[in-house]
Amino acid sequence: MNDIRSLMKSMEYGPAPEDAAPVKAWLERHNRRIGHFIGGKFVFAAKSKSFACNNPATGEKLAEISLGTPSDVDAAVAAATKAFASWSKLSGNARARHLYALARQVQKHSRLLAVLETMDNGKPIRESRDIDIPLVARHFYHHAGWAELLESELPGQVPVGVCGQIIPWNFPLLMLAWKVAPALAAGCTVVLKPAEYTPLSAMAFAEICNEAGLPAGVFNIVNGDGSTGAAMVAHDGFAKIAFTGSTEVGRIIRKATAGKAKKLSLELGGKSPFIVHSEADLDAAVEGVVDAIWFNQGEVCCAGSRALVQEGIADRFHDLLKARMEKLRMGDPLDKAIDIGAVVDPVQIENIEARVREGVASGAQIWQPSWAQAAPLKGCFYPPTLFTGVEPASRLAQEEVFGPVIASMTFRTPGEAVELANNTRYGLAASIWSQSLDVAFDTARRLKAGVVWINSTNLFDAAAGFGGYRESGFGREGGREGMMEYLVPAWSKKARALPPSSPLPEPLPQGTSLGGGLDRTMKNYIGGAQARPDSGYSYPVLDAKGRLVSEAGFGNRKDIRNAVEAAHAESHWAGMTGHGRAQVLYFLAENLEARAADFEARLKRLCGVSDAAARREVETSVARIMHYAAWADKYDGAVRAPAANMLSLALNEPFEVLAISAPDEAPLLSLVSLVLPAIAVGNRVVVTPSQRWPLLAGDLYQVLDTSDVPGGVVNFVTGPRDALAKDIAKHDDIACHWYFGTAEGSASVELESAGNLKPTWVNNGKARDWYSPIEGQGREFLFHAVRIKTIWTPFGV
Amino acid sequence: MKRPVATPEKNTAGSGQLIALREAHQRNEIMPLRPEWFERIEVNLSAAQRRASSLGGRRTVKKQWQAAWLLRAIQVIDLTTLAGDDSPGRVRRLCAKARNPLRHDIVEALGLSPGEIRTGAVCVYPSMVSVAVAALAGTGIPVASVATGFPAGLTPLPQRLAEIRYAVDQGADEIDIVIHRAHVFAGNWQAMYDELVQMREACRHAHMKAILATGDLKTLTNVYRASMVAMMAGSDFIKTSTGMEAVNATLPVSLIMARAIRDFHALTGFKVGFKPAGGIRKAKDALDRLVLMKEELPHEWLEPDLFRLGASALLTDIERQIEHYLTGRYSAANRHAMA
Repeated sequence: MNDIRSLMKSMEYGPAPEDAAPVKAWLERHNRRIGHFIGGKFVFAAKSKSFACNNPATGEKLAEISLGTPSDVDAAVAAATKAFASWSKLSGNARARHLYALARQVQKHSRLLAVLETMDNGKPIRESRDIDIPLVARHFYHHAGWAELLESELPGQVPVGVCGQIIPWNFPLLMLAWKVAPALAAGCTVVLKPAEYTPLSAMAFAEICNEAGLPAGVFNIVNGDGSTGAAMVAHDGFAKIAFTGSTEVGRIIRKATAGKAKKLSLELGGKSPFIVHSEADLDAAVEGVVDAIWFNQGEVCCAGSRALVQEGIADRFHDLLKARMEKLRMGDPLDKAIDIGAVVDPVQIENIEARVREGVASGAQIWQPSWAQAAPLKGCFYPPTLFTGVEPASRLAQEEVFGPVIASMTFRTPGEAVELANNTRYGLAASIWSQSLDVAFDTARRLKAGVVWINSTNLFDAAAGFGGYRESGFGREGGREGMMEYLVPAWSKKARALPPSSPLPEPLPQGTSLGGGLDRTMKNYIGGAQARPDSGYSYPVLDAKGRLVSEAGFGNRKDIRNAVEAAHAESHWAGMTGHGRAQVLYFLAENLEARAADFEARLKRLCGVSDAAARREVETSVARIMHYAAWADKYDGAVRAPAANMLSLALNEPFEVLAISAPDEAPLLSLVSLVLPAIAVGNRVVVTPSQRWPLLAGDLYQVLDTSDVPGGVVNFVTGPRDALAKDIAKHDDIACHWYFGTAEGSASVELESAGNLKPTWVNNGKARDWYSPIEGQGREFLFHAVRIKTIWTPFGV
Repeated sequence: MKRPVATPEKNTAGSGQLIALREAHQRNEIMPLRPEWFERIEVNLSAAQRRASSLGGRRTVKKQWQAAWLLRAIQVIDLTTLAGDDSPGRVRRLCAKARNPLRHDIVEALGLSPGEIRTGAVCVYPSMVSVAVAALAGTGIPVASVATGFPAGLTPLPQRLAEIRYAVDQGADEIDIVIHRAHVFAGNWQAMYDELVQMREACRHAHMKAILATGDLKTLTNVYRASMVAMMAGSDFIKTSTGMEAVNATLPVSLIMARAIRDFHALTGFKVGFKPAGGIRKAKDALDRLVLMKEELPHEWLEPDLFRLGASALLTDIERQIEHYLTGRYSAANRHAMA
């Protein structure tokens, strides 16, 4: 039969391959060897110290990759450290020129980079060409702007130093851009470890850096596997570690870096909900699923892998979804008309298959398109898969598959949708489908997730922060908040170490007289009421000269538990308007001022300070409360417009329950300086006040009681700071922990926080001038008191 | 509700002995107005735009596949002239082009028979129907006529109905009617439905293609709801535009109408055709719309029974692309006969 006639009958698409020849020529030019990039030069390991990198779609070996050793990491850190001295001193404009040059070079080589990425990773060329590479260029452009504006927009901030960055294989070049662009913009230098499956595009980027004239050592690569990553994490030369990958490895990194005074940002796993409300445009939502879970073969940390569908529309929705799945095309990733390419490695196929088998065994119904059953593709391919009837108790609903598999379950009411959505250890992203503004925004506000897409999914922009809640990690990438991950306050670089604190006296009777009069033993303050410590022990509170003044409860983990429960039970505070909270805080300032004389007397008696010093501490404390009363209705967030028909809202959301381990220095002022920013933005706090002079907290809760601060918003547990800090760090229902004490205590907090990966803010044993308006108050505190939720909402009619 | 019809039919392509069962395309009928089928549907614009714009990146056809698709595009063109200066001579020229849309040597090089590729129909004003009927006699190419006060549709209803009857009497096989847009703005579905039912009855054996003038309706939700009403009133085709509105057959509009057709089919078993019209000038535009049909509807909606492209300038660009496929050289318009 005439070829044309038969094609007219079948109306098949036919092949549309992208040419791989330029990439093959590029690989040949490099003798198919990929080395490290250190100090602007490529360094190769011996063949015995190399590993192979394959094209997952064909199994063809692409190149030999050098396996980085600790000495390679040393060399790279040395190069980055040397370059830091001059790079960090460049003007913002000079760094902006470099970043702009990188952006332009990425655009000029865009097709080579796209084809390279597709051959290395297996993702469809459509995605690498239309999504990954344009976003890479966008990221460098955006951050060229931040380099330019740094000094004026983020005053008082300086680059943190040399950064170690470890990136995953799912978006190799895009993750490189997310890490490298803000670091370079901030004035940091970088050692990057690409994923072992996908090292090629980073090598091409290194060439681009040389081409664009980036100074040697500003950007370095050490290739390798997990052992190389471990060597990086252990290296003392890094001031900051940034990691994107699994929660499991994130936890290891959190522990490994504990107490090393490194900044850390973690972008980890997810089991992101995809919520379809009854009034959704179902066709739009079906197409959303395609973008949520069949984008990049489902190898996306923020993939909408958990569909929550309203009961009344679930059947119709699943029917439409199945019809859509029949039309998906899986195959050669270099074919321009392919929706689903190859999974990155056979190991991942095994993982996916194992999870699918479990899903089937759990009783959920599996569905795959007829074409997948009729002609399964050989190699690293896995067909789009829908599970319906999945129960929350199933592993399929709880754990990441990292493949093209969606688990669907139903809900009855919008409230139940939120409950199910939040019923997870993760909190990376969420997608909401509804034609009702009320339903969509109500859901968006109540979800515990760092990124929420309304009537859309998997949208990214360099100006919008990306990052998780809960065990999906902390820190943001993109936007102003992303820049903060690579900056530190200038003063902090010169902060002196605190003198060692005197040990807490034993919680035993001291045998000395309290001097008669009515006994005033400070109790814990939990849920707005005084509570005796669970231990039944009290410890002596001594004045500056070591004389017994009073006693305070010797708190333990059960007191912490009770305080956390009381804090959770308080549900009014976060829902109040900023204006409402401001009024309460002004009232608090007013009442503290009214009792200034008592507080001054207490400070003099306890700390042995002068009249003037005591007056100054109380006055500054009153001013500080007013400072945060002023902020209470102003720290709302930001609005970005990544497209003409799109708004992305960066909302500053409280953590719910935030714990504070307060220091002994300036015991009233430091306490106020830490508690106030936290509660001003809507947190409830569990606080261990100065262990040496907890009585200030005892006096303060009387003021709280008279100032309409609802019970449960501020809770005090007195006792040994570091032991209680450990209990706090180990409590998984506390979402954030601030610790101001010793270096050892800081290390312990960071280590134990790995359990639920709560963000921590520790002082590493360094002093802070609580009286200084720069060190003692302001945006730094507010920034740590919130987690940023980015809500994307496209619109149009 | 479902009325699938299985008709035994001789399979002429095979050995001649085989009897194939296929679901015949039974003509859509007038059904009662059921607003509950569409009144709660709201279309999300940005999602529709995203789907429509990503289609061009997700799908492409190259080489002989592209040639085959372009030939199919010719077969579904309603080759159209709707201008104040239309004359019998102009209409005859258009009909000649409809019979032989491709240069003879191109047909030969493709290995096709002369006359094998023809356009889907010719579309003219009612007063030109008799000319077109005469010019196409014996070809089987249907003649379509616009009617009902095209393009605004604001002449009184009796005159609009009389225009349909006139065109049918003149020999038109298909009538492209326009809806009264104000009924959509008012949500007066009953009034819209009642008019369309009378038009459908006036069409008798001729097929009714209901033009929604989507560029006037503006919102995709309006487009979806109007599509459903037009189909309930027995339209054989729903069509996007007159070609006179400021915005014509955009891909998002086409997407939503295709989905309405899919939903109507699922609800009633009837297959209604789709005709995007207006602004489709390039071969790529035609391919985009074929891709959309292939992605959103079953295979039958790629055939002239259920899919048409309303166009006038499009054909020339397709001819140029097909010649490029054959020769590898970019072609020029003057190398192809004008319509």
